[in-house]
Amino acid sequence: MLAAARSAFERSENLLDAFFGGADNPLRHLGALGLYFLWILVASGLYLYIVLDTSIEGVYSSIGWLSREQWYLGGVLRSLHRYAADAFVIVMFLHLLREWAYGRYHGFRLYSWVTGVPLIWLVYISGIGGYWIVWDRLAQFSAIATTELFDWLPIFSEPAARNFLAPDSVNDRLFTVLVFIHIGVPLMLILGLWAHVNRISRVDYLPSRRVMLASFGVFLLLAAIKPALSDAPADLALVPVNLRIDWFFLFLHPLTDLTSPAAVWTLIFGATILLLALPFLPHPRANPIAVVDAPNCNGCSRCHADCPYEAITMAPHPDKRAHQIAIVDADLCAGCGICAGSCPSSTPFRSQQRLVTGIDMPQQPVDLLRRQLESQLAALVGRTRLVVFGCDQGADVRPLAADDTVAMSLICAGMLPPSFVEYALRSGADGVVVAGCRDGGCEFRLGMEWTRERLTRRREPELRALVPLERIAVVPVARGEQQQLAAAVAAFRNRLESQGEAARRPPAYSRRNHA
Amino acid sequence: MPKPVAIIGQVVLYGAFAAFIGYFSTAPTYKQIPDDVALVKLSMSHLGGRECRKRTAEELAKLPPNMRAPLECPRGRSDIKLLVELDDKPFYETVMHPTGLSKDGISTVYKRFELKAGSYKLTVKMNDNLVNPGWNHVKEEQVTLKPARVLVIDFNPDKGGLFFQQAKE
Repeated sequence: MLAAARSAFERSENLLDAFFGGADNPLRHLGALGLYFLWILVASGLYLYIVLDTSIEGVYSSIGWLSREQWYLGGVLRSLHRYAADAFVIVMFLHLLREWAYGRYHGFRLYSWVTGVPLIWLVYISGIGGYWIVWDRLAQFSAIATTELFDWLPIFSEPAARNFLAPDSVNDRLFTVLVFIHIGVPLMLILGLWAHVNRISRVDYLPSRRVMLASFGVFLLLAAIKPALSDAPADLALVPVNLRIDWFFLFLHPLTDLTSPAAVWTLIFGATILLLALPFLPHPRANPIAVVDAPNCNGCSRCHADCPYEAITMAPHPDKRAHQIAIVDADLCAGCGICAGSCPSSTPFRSQQRLVTGIDMPQQPVDLLRRQLESQLAALVGRTRLVVFGCDQGADVRPLAADDTVAMSLICAGMLPPSFVEYALRSGADGVVVAGCRDGGCEFRLGMEWTRERLTRRREPELRALVPLERIAVVPVARGEQQQLAAAVAAFRNRLESQGEAARRPPAYSRRNHA
Repeated sequence: MPKPVAIIGQVVLYGAFAAFIGYFSTAPTYKQIPDDVALVKLSMSHLGGRECRKRTAEELAKLPPNMRAPLECPRGRSDIKLLVELDDKPFYETVMHPTGLSKDGISTVYKRFELKAGSYKLTVKMNDNLVNPGWNHVKEEQVTLKPARVLVIDFNPDKGGLFFQQAKE
């Protein structure tokens, strides 16, 4: 099921990439979209709070006034509040499903997963409470249905639903409490979100400007053609018969009517427990984590800056005075190798027989990479010899290996030190292809982004200026897109061949003591 | 993909997103009860009785002066028995138990019943101290239940015990 879900997400994301591109693909930025919708909710909610009269008569009329008399501002903001909340629920569940489908719920992601689960409760408490504040027939229905549901639990000595028994049961205090809850719970939600993203660096706080504008346009469009309006005023002597309910938030009420409070609580608690237990159930083994070599770590802190999961901290070096050393937190390390790619000591030009870098991956050390590259480069023949560096998370590059092509798959494209590209070009390759995940789809968040920046000399360690960029191609391809990768490599080869000897070449290099 | 096609695709996809949210934010309509049905809510919150015993003069003399209460009352409360009849036929019967670890809290009931609109003879009988047999609170009335309206059956000693509450049109 997990594989099918993952495949469904990959296909959907790739399809949407065709229209939006990776950076603007909403499916690839669900968390950031959710945060953006939350800010819309906060901003619109502040205005609604200002005009809200929390008396029993005033609460309905003050909100109604917004929609009738001040439709151009208050009415629009009310609709934005409604639709942003609904959209938040959609992206929240899609985000949850996506992370589950990609297996991102255990190991170093356990903390983010577990801290995300209670947020669903907070969203629903806040959303359902928000519907009560309007105090129309829908609010009446939801208030009674919710309290009846809670009364099934043995927590109140007196049924909470008695608070909504008759018209004289409700008083002004209820709305003061409701407003307090409707502001307090979202504040807790914001605090919870801070905790949720606390262990990752460079958080995608907002989606791209285009996505923000487009989704805001969606809400404005809905506000214009279907403004959020109140139902008839609440009357506890009546039973609201035909209810235009918001299914994103209030689906629990019909579900309770259809089944029973026991079934609904079983579903709620069962789903919560299952989600919390998921990281502790059997799952694939975690990647080996990065290892620091103290004599080769000069404390430059590039690995600390580039780690997507804040797994690396800097501490005083045990052997070198006034130097620092990288420390890897085993609980946070994803084993992606991005740190090895960022380490200036990971250069294959070093003359050591055995290349030892400052921070390395035990399962694929840079020394092994250099040895594989050197031996395969030596065996290359053909008119245009290429080296293709790929990524285990994206399209498989290994089928591309041929007499004129070296194909090497890394843990993550971000693990590739730019000096390896220079090394390949100066040791016999005519061109280098770096293939990694699509934009916004990097398994380790920032691997492909850092690689692009390093190769275009915008991020340390930079590709040196003597390397002509026309001999490098960066190809973003998702898992399973071998055909697209092969086509891109063929096109690159044709381009290099058409340029012929006119294209610049870096000076040739041959390492001393080359085994 | 050519840019115009991509833009059309984006418009269609954002439009579908808008349509999805717009539709499910208020539709499909949920019908809580059928049109010709009324709701009867039986809801009570009441302390059951307890049997107090008058202390004898000897018993009082044995107690410290500040604790010489003339009555000795057990902490626990009695269960409350309730019977609802509709047109003289038993409709709902329950025994409400006192809350609290020492069974000294209120006894409560909250039930709602859907009934076809129409006229009924509604009788509610309650015994709030089961030491005594029979029903010590009885309320009987011919009621007319109107569609989509609520009739509340409640108990309040200040309102004369059992009472029915139904809003007038």
